Amino acid sequence: MNKPYVRPLSKTSWFLTQPRYKRYMAREVTCLFIFAYTFLLIMGLKRLAEGPDAFNAFVQALGSPLGVLFNLSVLIAAVYHSTTWFNVTPQAMPIQRGEEFVPGKIIIGAHYALWAVVSLIVLILGV
Amino acid sequence: MAKSNKPIFWGLFAAGGTVTAFVTPALALVTLFAAMRFNMDMFTYDAIHAFAANWLGKLVIFGIILLSLWHAAHRTRVTVHDFGVRADGLVAIVVYALAGIGTLLTLVYLLRI
Amino acid sequence: MSERQIQLEVLRYNPETDSEPRYQTYSVPCLNEWVVLDALNYVKDNLDPTLSYRWSCHMAVCGSCGMMINGEPKLACKAFIHEYTDQIRVDPMANFPIERDLVTSVEDFIAKLASVKPYLIPKEDKPISAGEFKQTPAELKKFKQYTLCINCMLCYAACPQYGLVPEFLGPAAISMAHRYNQDSRDGGRDQRQEVIATDTGVWECSFVGACSEVCPKHVDPAGALQQVKVASTIDWYKEHLMPWMKK
Repeated sequence: MNKPYVRPLSKTSWFLTQPRYKRYMAREVTCLFIFAYTFLLIMGLKRLAEGPDAFNAFVQALGSPLGVLFNLSVLIAAVYHSTTWFNVTPQAMPIQRGEEFVPGKIIIGAHYALWAVVSLIVLILGV
Repeated sequence: MAKSNKPIFWGLFAAGGTVTAFVTPALALVTLFAAMRFNMDMFTYDAIHAFAANWLGKLVIFGIILLSLWHAAHRTRVTVHDFGVRADGLVAIVVYALAGIGTLLTLVYLLRI
Repeated sequence: MSERQIQLEVLRYNPETDSEPRYQTYSVPCLNEWVVLDALNYVKDNLDPTLSYRWSCHMAVCGSCGMMINGEPKLACKAFIHEYTDQIRVDPMANFPIERDLVTSVEDFIAKLASVKPYLIPKEDKPISAGEFKQTPAELKKFKQYTLCINCMLCYAACPQYGLVPEFLGPAAISMAHRYNQDSRDGGRDQRQEVIATDTGVWECSFVGACSEVCPKHVDPAGALQQVKVASTIDWYKEHLMPWMKK
């Protein structure tokens, strides 16, 4: 007799069933912070184009408790995005040299090193 | 089954994911420092304006914002689906429209600087 | 040899009498060296001959005994009792319809696997007299890990996108397509792209990565799928933005 039973799967809460799904969703949700932050940058450009007074008012507004909280959460989300992104690069872009594949740790390490250099440049330019 | 057109957006998503992974944490740190006013000499109008006024600076800013937008837009589309919303066509239009508007605004503001 | 009394909680489903599955608990005297499959065999031999499950080789080669052990996709022959507490819950593989007890329907996966043409399609016909297709160790290494797949379907049981969108071709089928695409003797990539570079093909994947985490043979289907995305994206840009560049 053929009467297969299909177990229900919740479309809205499936990711609560396993820790690895929660980590995946945390990774995906970082994009909302990056989306919002990019619009903040665009707003900053607008203020920059409007002149010193407008720009200073923009920086002033950043300093509100809400502004600081927002920046802090973006920072945390962005760091989580960076680590999860770099950690999987050897899977998406393996490099074969001669016969062997370059060990994943080396590819990841190179990304982290470059990340440090880029961050330093941004900080020097910005600070 | 026809081949998908998702590669257009996925290409931007992947390039953008790489760019934001490299620069967004440091950018967020800079704006956080500016917000908390660790040093009144940092993040000044003159310094930022000088950077955005030359064409190389404009290009860098445009590249970062463009790719961040399209990265975030595409991942948002997937995430909305993951949260159980089954309206992919509509969601795609909304998120890509947001990214498109952001891209246009960035161009306009950059040209005004 | 130490013995432990394990409470084995097994999901039962009899299509002739049940409208939905229910758990049944067996108390099994297990040796610490046992795997969960041994415990199931003990139940079948000594406690309840009606319990249905698939198994064959007992050494992680045949890929038959995939099931959820404490919610994690595992081969029952590779899940050692000593790694668990005295309470072990066993479910049929997630995301698959249950036929009976721990036996699930595999037709969907078999059809999907066949659809990607998982065999060599030579670039041109070559008479046997022309000799063998030669391959360097480096060319072999490009795809070797994917040949280790035993079609156990644990990656499908781990993949939430397959659970949510059953049309998704899924990890093992697409990595098997990638395996042949990566083979220097093969010329069938264009044919396979028609199947895998589609919305319900590789583009349904969002790189959760669970497939690679649960693979008992340490294949990396998640990596294969991302590589397929990269290659398909390059194809797309070449095709639409540089139509003069023929592949």
